[in-house]
Amino acid sequence: MISLLALPLWLGAKSVAEIDPALQDRYYGLLGELRCLVCQNQSLADSDAGLAQDLRDEVVKLLEQGASDREVLDFMHSRYGDFVLYKPLVQPKTYLLWYGPFVLLGGGALLMILMLRRRKTVSDTPLSEAEQEQLKQLLDESQDAQTKDNDT
Amino acid sequence: MSRFLIPAAIFIALVAFLAIGLTLDPRKVDSPLIDKPVPQFSLPRLKDASQVFSSDDFKGQISLLNVWATWCFACRQEHGVLVELSQQQQLPIYGLNYKDERPLALRWLRELGDPYTATAFDEDGRVAIDWGVYGAPETFLIDQNGMIRYKHIGPMTHEIYQTKILPIVKQLQETRI
Repeated sequence: MISLLALPLWLGAKSVAEIDPALQDRYYGLLGELRCLVCQNQSLADSDAGLAQDLRDEVVKLLEQGASDREVLDFMHSRYGDFVLYKPLVQPKTYLLWYGPFVLLGGGALLMILMLRRRKTVSDTPLSEAEQEQLKQLLDESQDAQTKDNDT
Repeated sequence: MSRFLIPAAIFIALVAFLAIGLTLDPRKVDSPLIDKPVPQFSLPRLKDASQVFSSDDFKGQISLLNVWATWCFACRQEHGVLVELSQQQQLPIYGLNYKDERPLALRWLRELGDPYTATAFDEDGRVAIDWGVYGAPETFLIDQNGMIRYKHIGPMTHEIYQTKILPIVKQLQETRI
């Protein structure tokens, strides 16, 4: 009974051994780049869903017909949309995704340069007379406070 | 004051993005086939294997194509709705029987009623791949020129028919005149 139920699962499924060894690396590479639409957190290589099996067979068929990797990805993309590709296309919708990190990095670098420069100008200028007077006063005050603390 | 303003603004923006994300259904994947011509195909019909159902059969009228199978639980759920819609005779409904067995599919139509003007029998699911089908039931709205105008994933309901499909049908009918 159990074997009867399992029958449709392996019927029509192509075993890995049947795939031309020369194509196997590309086959596995492509399966890793394609997302299964049924089990959405799995790649086509990982998924056990019936559709994933059909799509794996389709990838084999295309590779055997001499399709390039790009053509296989385009085949899936034209049918199932952006979602099947793990690596998003560069298009206006994804500019933020692709270029956002560089914008943040550039902004951060700019901010850092500005802050460093400001700090440098502060440390370079010698204290004016008024400032030195103020400094002396502050030092005296803290010394007074310390001696007072020691007395008590 | 302003040193709290910037983190607060970033926090609010983050919350807004997450709130939008929560309302999206990850199972609804936009089809790239919308506003494209139907994929070319030619399949035997379910009821008479000697007859052919092809992409040309969509030309000249606005119609629905419903992808279904007897093993698909939600298809049973929506079937009554399709039968009722077919009785209203607003649009012809075509069927694409997906990865099914012919005797089971025929029995299903005998027992539950047949809303389909014609049903194509896609035994190995190859044509469904060209249609970008990833989970039956799915329903496509096709215009009089054979262009796909809308795709609904999941069981058809009267509400979806009224609110999503009919407005597009009305628009399509107006542009023709």
